[in-house]
Amino acid sequence: MATLKELAKKDELFSGGHRLCTGCGIPPIVRLILRSANAPVVATTATGCLEVGTTIYPYTAWRIPWIHSAFENAAATISGIETAYKALKKRGKIPKDKEIKFVAFGGDGGTYDIGIQALSGALERGHNFLYVCYDNGAYMNTGIQRSGATPLGAATTTSPAGDVILGKQETRKDLTRIVIAHNVPYAAQASPHNWADLSKKAEKALKIVGPTFLNVISPCPLGWYSKSEESIEAAKVAVDTCYWPLYEVENGVLKITYKPKQKRSIEDWLKMQGRFKHLLKPENKAILDKLQKYIDAEWERLLSLDGKVI
Amino acid sequence: MAVTMVKKQAGLTGNSAVAYAMKQINPDVCAAYPITPSTQIMEDFSSYVADGKVDTELITAESEHSAMSACIGASAAGARVMTATSSQGLALMWEMLYIASGLRLPIVLANVNRALSAPINIHCDHSDSMGARDSGWIQIYSETVQEAYDNLFQAVRIAESEKVLLPVMVCLDGFITSHAIENISLLEDAEVSQFVGGYKAQHPMLDTDNPVTYGAMTLPDSYIIFKHQQSEAIGRAKDVVVEVGKEFGNRFGREYGLMEKYRLDDADVAIVILSSAAGTTKVAVDELRAKGKKVGLLRPRLFRPFPFKEIADALKSIKAVACLDRVDSFSGFGSPLFNEIRSTLYEFEKRPKVINKIFGLGGRDYKVKDAVGVFEELLKIAETGKVETLIKYITL
Ligand SMILES: Cc1ncc(C[n+]2csc(CCOP(=O)(O)OP(=O)(O)O)c2C)c(N)n1
Ligand code: SF4
Ligand SMILES: [Mg+2]
Repeated sequence: MATLKELAKKDELFSGGHRLCTGCGIPPIVRLILRSANAPVVATTATGCLEVGTTIYPYTAWRIPWIHSAFENAAATISGIETAYKALKKRGKIPKDKEIKFVAFGGDGGTYDIGIQALSGALERGHNFLYVCYDNGAYMNTGIQRSGATPLGAATTTSPAGDVILGKQETRKDLTRIVIAHNVPYAAQASPHNWADLSKKAEKALKIVGPTFLNVISPCPLGWYSKSEESIEAAKVAVDTCYWPLYEVENGVLKITYKPKQKRSIEDWLKMQGRFKHLLKPENKAILDKLQKYIDAEWERLLSLDGKVI
Repeated sequence: MAVTMVKKQAGLTGNSAVAYAMKQINPDVCAAYPITPSTQIMEDFSSYVADGKVDTELITAESEHSAMSACIGASAAGARVMTATSSQGLALMWEMLYIASGLRLPIVLANVNRALSAPINIHCDHSDSMGARDSGWIQIYSETVQEAYDNLFQAVRIAESEKVLLPVMVCLDGFITSHAIENISLLEDAEVSQFVGGYKAQHPMLDTDNPVTYGAMTLPDSYIIFKHQQSEAIGRAKDVVVEVGKEFGNRFGREYGLMEKYRLDDADVAIVILSSAAGTTKVAVDELRAKGKKVGLLRPRLFRPFPFKEIADALKSIKAVACLDRVDSFSGFGSPLFNEIRSTLYEFEKRPKVINKIFGLGGRDYKVKDAVGVFEELLKIAETGKVETLIKYITL
């Protein structure tokens, strides 16, 4: 694995000057992943903050070939690109030794919800690509609407904390598990605060032949109502509370890649974010307990699978 | 399907002919999803792939939306790309059709025309492709199996022309053409490769040394500029269609233009109709001509871009024209052919009376007697100058 020094020496493929918010979790994730490829990268991005914020014509932050086609189809679009590569290589229109890595980026909305069919299809067909979901837990680009990834109890503009209904009523979808059920050679969860872990996983995923997947938590100060300067800390606390466990499944074997010495209470994470303000009131403790219980159970489940073939 | 050729002739269904044309073109990538009545195209093509008759990479997508998305990705990557669909499949692609044309990607799609649900119906009408008529795709309608076959080669040339760079939809009628066996003339593989030539994309994404951004976010300062360029490009396609059709004629003896005129030059009245129903109409023309009635037919081959000038020239001195649409633009002022042709003729002070008939929806039979009925009505209009009903369903 590359050291931080080595990573820093690599070409910057994602330029500054883009319009993503201060403190947004997306840019460090994308930069690190692009730096972790040991070959040229061709990428696509689903509609969402990353796409809108990086390509306002006539500017582009992408120093690699990049395409945006629509919201729900990043996995299908990359399927086409990767297949064209296979076809043109076979026909000698691309040199035999020319290696290219294919990466699709999508938000949680573009991946858990509207794009899940295209993702599932591309995984099943076995294209050689890495899919990266940056999960900020809502449709941020359109103004913070709930998604299948939004945590239980979080207030969004379509699941507001009202007088009667207090934020999102459902627990989030476990997309990483759904992806694992496709028997892909590699799938992992990562976080931008742990750059070494993220970069190692990206490097591994990009090296493996076949469909690989990274689900990366991506703090969003705007939608989380959190402090811009605390984004990386918010990602860390999400991991230390085990809301966002860092683990990987490689060829069917599950491995937790980071175990907090002391698992923190979910309250520590909720406190940092205005979207959970209502959950901290004593009268709403039942929701908080439900969330904690869900997190505990999930963590126990992972611990019981650690090191095993799943 | 194994194609048995005798002296370059073979009996093929429309679908098999399209698949065979695709085999001869041997595109880099195909991405598709099955739907009646176009399924057989991809089935035949899958056999060509499985038997090593082509070395195309085939993506069996999990939906038409993804099929078109994969076509877009592959085309932007620099590949020559083809697909086929019908009806609900084209409807599901709808979002991506605009993106394919907006990104100026020369994808070729065979659309086997079928009605749209609800109620579900697998038979022919033009609701699917007509619903996509403003999606920025070039649309060519084929009357016969032979024409569908020939159109596919021309579509590749038109799409990839540097003056155009736009996707092309070749339409043929579901079941009537897709499943009917016709004895057609085939080209030799070498003739096909000479005619379609190789493809070199201008800005392929796989050229990683020269990175490009496709599909950037445009604000009001630039969006309309791109759309204007796109509009000019599809306008230029008209001449390219003519050039390519001529070259095809010179090489292979079957020339194609913007439209077909059948006994139209001295006609008093005419029917304008697309695709296979033109065949039925021609029989009616012959019957009535035999009785001394001056009737004729105009069959537009190119519907997008709409060759308004040429069609107006062909129709302007006729007394009465009926546009027969195999689609209803619900509660609009008539259906697509009628809309286009009537407004095209508005230019002229002395212009024909134009009426609209909606016919044959969901595969309803359109018979010679139906065409004769329309002609008789037109002859009466020509005589009296009076139109009774401007827009009307027939074949009910
Ligand atoms: C078919 C379609 N439906 C809806 C939209 C509107 N839309 C654009 S981005 C977006 C939300 C994106 O959410 P997510 O994928 O989580 O990315 P984020 O904005 O959080 O980066 C929505 C709903 C669209 N562009 N296309
Ligand atoms: S809204 Fe959130 S996800 Fe979007 S750019 Fe801003 S911080 Fe990033
Ligand atoms: Mg999101």
